[in-house]
Amino acid sequence: MITTLSPKQQKTLIRIILAFAILVSVIILQQTNIVSETAILLVLYLVPYAVIGYDVLTRAGKNIFHGKIFDENFLMTIATIGAFALGEYPEAVAVMLFYQVGELFQSYAVSKSRKSIAALMDIRPDHANIESNGQLIEVDPGELKTGDVIIIKPGERVPVDGVVISGSSDLNTMSLTGESLPRPVDAGDEVISGCVNMSGLLRVRVQKPYGESTVARILDLVENAAAKKAKTENFITTFSRYYTPVVVGVAAALAVLPPILFGEPFVDWVGRALIFLVVSCPCALVISIPLSFYGGIGGASRNGILIKGGNYLEALAKTETVVFDKTGTLTTGSFRVNSIKPSGEMTEEQLIMYAALAESSSTHPLAASIRAAYGKEIDRSVVANVTETAGRGVSAEVSGRVVLAGNAKLLADGGVAIPPSAPAGTAIHVAVDKIYAGYLLFSDTAKPSAKKAVNDLKKLGVKHTAMLTGDAEAAAKLTAEELGIDSYRAGLLPQEKVSGLEDIMEKFGGSTAYVGDGINDAPVLSRADVGIAMGSLGSDAAIEAADVVLMDDDPAKVATAVRISKKTFWIVRENIVFALGVKFFVLAFAAAGFATMWEAVFADVGVAVIAILNAMRTLGFSEK
Amino acid sequence: MKKTFRMENLECAHCAALMETGIRKIDGVSEASISFMTEKLIIDAEENRFDEIMTEVRNICKKIEPDCRIR
Repeated sequence: MITTLSPKQQKTLIRIILAFAILVSVIILQQTNIVSETAILLVLYLVPYAVIGYDVLTRAGKNIFHGKIFDENFLMTIATIGAFALGEYPEAVAVMLFYQVGELFQSYAVSKSRKSIAALMDIRPDHANIESNGQLIEVDPGELKTGDVIIIKPGERVPVDGVVISGSSDLNTMSLTGESLPRPVDAGDEVISGCVNMSGLLRVRVQKPYGESTVARILDLVENAAAKKAKTENFITTFSRYYTPVVVGVAAALAVLPPILFGEPFVDWVGRALIFLVVSCPCALVISIPLSFYGGIGGASRNGILIKGGNYLEALAKTETVVFDKTGTLTTGSFRVNSIKPSGEMTEEQLIMYAALAESSSTHPLAASIRAAYGKEIDRSVVANVTETAGRGVSAEVSGRVVLAGNAKLLADGGVAIPPSAPAGTAIHVAVDKIYAGYLLFSDTAKPSAKKAVNDLKKLGVKHTAMLTGDAEAAAKLTAEELGIDSYRAGLLPQEKVSGLEDIMEKFGGSTAYVGDGINDAPVLSRADVGIAMGSLGSDAAIEAADVVLMDDDPAKVATAVRISKKTFWIVRENIVFALGVKFFVLAFAAAGFATMWEAVFADVGVAVIAILNAMRTLGFSEK
Repeated sequence: MKKTFRMENLECAHCAALMETGIRKIDGVSEASISFMTEKLIIDAEENRFDEIMTEVRNICKKIEPDCRIR
């Protein structure tokens, strides 16, 4: 442990050991009656006191000079000098000693958690390899310019965002996304800074300078996250500003009033007042609360969740309503045939066959899903005269019969009437030889983890889940029912999503989170209490507009983010209740004359250390 | 102009909060924030008086925590 201490901490440790040794010797001298003269004892006790407390005393003196009196140095000085005045020499020295032990422990805990946080953020690349005259030179990533070609060797970190020119490899994106599965990359693929190249040599063309690359922006974001303070943090700062003077005021009253009003002995009440002073330092709260929030933000970022500030973490923890965007957020955006509705004498098999054959050469995404639904080998030799009209559909001859497959407009152009019972959603209508043959209905595929995400959020105490989408009613209803989402609004234009969200916020109240893809959703993201952008690794728009950025496409991360926020917030509340509880308890005992200096020091330093250790638990938050 | 400084020997969170309040009150500073955990000071102040403002910032911090250095 000693080697990990800073020079300043080592010096304090030596002083503690020295002062402790002298104190014990002096106590032995006193107990064995070798020295019994009070004046000599006082001088002897002042030696360890000076060794352990000189810095506190000088700081207290300087601070009074600066007009800043109510700090802990001042409190400890008054308390210990008071104890000397009351003749409690060993207590005076021991209080100062105990205080320094606590301070050392506190400082060690703080530097340890600072280090763990720095380790969490260890995605900064230290160098880049640039090729020059056939030789590799190592340069600082900051020197790279757009268009430069860099070499990334196996085991190295991708220094800037770029495109692979040649080579193939697997990238470990763990530190960015929390995803342990390696991502394969080939020539033409984009690579994102901060990932680790695992296997092959990659030649990469730089697309963004270091300052604009993902890694720099993430580091900037997480480091600046502490600047946006949570309400609880601001409350504690304000609280401590009033708390200390109030306690000092009460202590002064305690020392003076009972002796004057009731003729009680001065010595007793001054002693109680001194204990009051020692308890009054709000350090436990002032350190442990920002530490908890920072730890929570750090732990979340290890899971691929970037939270832009303590205020958003707090809002996430209180989330009661979660509103999702549909396409790209809950669903993959790729369509599949959901139902086949033949009309007249047509069978389901015939309908899908005609549609698949007519669409056999189309590149439209719906055509691909029709072929997938057909599932059989497509015999292109029976298909002829294919004409595809953009925004309408396909007309083709299949085994000599004229097939139209497309939207209502295509069929209307071909002179085929669509029965009024046909749905308005995403459908492909089919006509064979000018006779209406039926339609195929499509729906978006839900992401594998979408249902789990909604379930987990419910378990975490989210009261209402909702979905806003520009898609048709039928498709929205289907997705909402499949995933167990409480309510939905369909057919919304992008600008209508804001009012849709506002309606939900008004109706359900509480903290509302909106989850979207961050590109089209900027206004909605900023309107919600917490805007969560997902699947937008490296997208400027998402990082700008959102309060929380999920580094991959996984909606289950929304639940993870809420879980981490709740745990963090729980620890924050634990610390507030614990620290204030112990302090008020000891203050009450002190006023009643039951507490000694020892309990007082525990209520100050001991509580601070316990609160810090509790806060450090946030650093370990992970997936489960 | 926005600049980030590293703060060495920042030992007390309460002091960091006091420094922050003090720095925000300096004329010409539009925003200041001290992160106790990352030991960083982020300050947004008038560009043409920046050095002058930083001298004042250093004075404030020295008064509150004598060991603290701003880099």
